[in-house]
Amino acid sequence: MDAAEATQIDWFALAPELAVLATALLVLLVELFLYGQRKRFVNPLAVVGVLVALGLVVALAVDGSDRAAFGEMFVADSYALAFKGLFLSVALFVLLISYRYFAEIRTFQGEYYFLILSAFIGMMLMPSARDFVMLFVALELVSIPGFIMAGLRKFDPRSNEGAMKFLIIGILSASTLLFGLSIVYAFTGTTSLAGTAAALTDVTREPLLLVGTLFVLVGFGFKVSAVPFHFWAPDTYEGAPIPVAAFLSVASKAAGFAGLLQVSFVAFEPLSDAWAPVVAVIAVLTMTLGNVTALAQRNVVRLLAYSSVAHAGYMLVPFALVRPGEAALNSSALSAVLVYLFAYAVMNIGAFAVVTAVARRHPGRHLDDYAGLGQRSPGMAGSLTLFLLSLGGTPPLVGFFAKVAIFAAAVEAGQADQAGGYVLAVAVVVNTVISVSYYLRVAGRMWMSEPTDTAPVQPGYALGFAVGGLAVLTVGLGVLAPLVTHVADQAVIAAGG
Amino acid sequence: MAAIYPLTFAALLFSVGVYGVLSRRNAVLVLMSVELMIAAVVVNLVAMNEIVATQMGDPLLTGQAFALFVLGIGAAEVGVGLAIVLLLYRNRANVNVDDAELMKY
Repeated sequence: MDAAEATQIDWFALAPELAVLATALLVLLVELFLYGQRKRFVNPLAVVGVLVALGLVVALAVDGSDRAAFGEMFVADSYALAFKGLFLSVALFVLLISYRYFAEIRTFQGEYYFLILSAFIGMMLMPSARDFVMLFVALELVSIPGFIMAGLRKFDPRSNEGAMKFLIIGILSASTLLFGLSIVYAFTGTTSLAGTAAALTDVTREPLLLVGTLFVLVGFGFKVSAVPFHFWAPDTYEGAPIPVAAFLSVASKAAGFAGLLQVSFVAFEPLSDAWAPVVAVIAVLTMTLGNVTALAQRNVVRLLAYSSVAHAGYMLVPFALVRPGEAALNSSALSAVLVYLFAYAVMNIGAFAVVTAVARRHPGRHLDDYAGLGQRSPGMAGSLTLFLLSLGGTPPLVGFFAKVAIFAAAVEAGQADQAGGYVLAVAVVVNTVISVSYYLRVAGRMWMSEPTDTAPVQPGYALGFAVGGLAVLTVGLGVLAPLVTHVADQAVIAAGG
Repeated sequence: MAAIYPLTFAALLFSVGVYGVLSRRNAVLVLMSVELMIAAVVVNLVAMNEIVATQMGDPLLTGQAFALFVLGIGAAEVGVGLAIVLLLYRNRANVNVDDAELMKY
C-alpha cells in the first residue's frame, strides 16, 4: 500500500461517526449557554444526533456496498453496520434512561452527554476497525470516558472507589494487550488484521508468539468482564450512576465483544486451536462464578453486575469453538455471538431502566426496596419480571432464543468432532438453571411480599417509554426470532486490508 | 541487531511495572508503574519495527507510528487516573489503594 492509497477517505462510510462527533461537540458547547433547569435540554439534542446517525447507518445498509477509508483500516461492511445499528439503538435507550436521572442530579450534564457520546464513537469505530492500531484507539475511546463517567458522582466515596478500581484494572489490561500486540507485531511485521492472519498461517509456533496472542485476548477479557478480570465490574456498577452502569454492562461490553470477534475470528484464527481451549476454560469459569456469586447478592445493582458477568461467560462459548480453516463452523459461532448480544442488550438495559426508576425513590437499591412492587406499580414490576425471565432464558422471550443460538453452536461443534462442544453446551444449560433461581428470587420479592412503602414508582415519560419499549422488544423479538437470526447471518466480516 | 536484547529488556521493564501495580499501596506510585508498562510496550514496538523493516521492508514504519499512538493514549489514561486520585484524596484525605474497600464481593 502506498501513501496516496492510504490517505483516501470515503466520507460516506464515516458519516455516522461524524454525526455523533458533531453532536458530542454541540452538546458540550450548548450546555454552556443554558442555565439551571434548562440544562436538561441537552439530552433531546443528543437524542436527535443519535437518530441522525442511525438514519445514516440505515442509508449505508441500503446502499449495501462495502466501503473503506484510511487505507482499509476502517471498513463499513454488513458486520460493522449491524453492530453500529445495535450501538446506536443502545445509545438511544441509555439517553432516555439518563434524562430524568441527570436532570435531578443537575450536575455535569453537558460533560456527561459529551462523554457518553464520545464513548459511543469509540464503539462505532470498533467493529469497523481492521487494524490493531485502530482497534486499540477505539478500545481506549470507549474505556477512558467510561473511567470518568464511573466517577461522576464525585461526592460519593463509593463512586471514587469504583472509578479507581475500574481505572487500574483497565490500564493494566490495556498495557497487557499492547504488550501482546507488540510481540505479535514482531512475528508478523504488520498490524492489519488480514495481514496478521496471512502471516500467522504458516508461522512456526514459538511459545513467545502464543503468549503474545494470549496477552491480547486477556486485554479484551477485561472489557467484557471475563472471570479473572471481572473484579471491577460489581464495584464500578455499584458506585457509578445507574445509567452509566447500564452503559458499562451493555454497550461497553458489546464493544469489547465486537473487538474480540474481529481479533479471534479474523486475525488469530490460524492459531485458534492453541488459544480456544483457554477461552473455553475462561467461559465456563466466568458463567459459573458469575451465577454462583449472584446468588448471594442483596444489592440489586450488584446482582445485575454478577449476572452480566455470567452472560459474558455464555457469550464467550462460541469463541471457544473457533477452529482454523473451518469457515462454516466459525460463521455459525459468529452469528450466535451476534444474536446473543442483540438479545442481551434489550433485556439488560430494560432491567437497568427499571432499577433507575425505582432508585428515584429508594437510592439504596436494596433488594428489600422491591418488596411488593407488584402492588405499587404493576407496570414496572411486570416489565422487570419480563426482563429477568428473559435473562434467565424463559421461552418465548428473546433471552431463551439467544441461549438456544449459543447452545446450537456448541452442539454443532460437538457433532463436528470437538468433544469440548458438548461439555460447553452442558455448562450453559446447568448455569441457566442456577441463574433462574436468583432471577426468580427478585421476581418473588416483587409479587409475593408485602410492600414496605405504598407509593407507586414514578418513572416519568422518557424512562416509562424506555421501559415499555424494551418490554415490547423483549417479547416481540422473542416471537420474531428469525428476524434477528437473519440480521446476524447477513453480518459477515469483510476482512479488508 | 538481535531481537533478544530489546525483547528481554522490554519484558523486564514490563514485569517491574506489573509488580509495581500489584504491590504498591500509593495510587500515584501505581500510576507510575503503569507508565513503566507502557514504556516497555514502546521499546518493544520501536525495536521490532527496526528488525521488521530490515527483514521484510516496512515503508509505513507501522511500529513507530503505533508507538506514537500508544504514548498519546497512555498519557490521556494517566491524566484521567490522576484526576481520579485527586478525587479520592479530596473525599478521604489519603491516596492509599488498600483502603479503598467499601465494597467487596
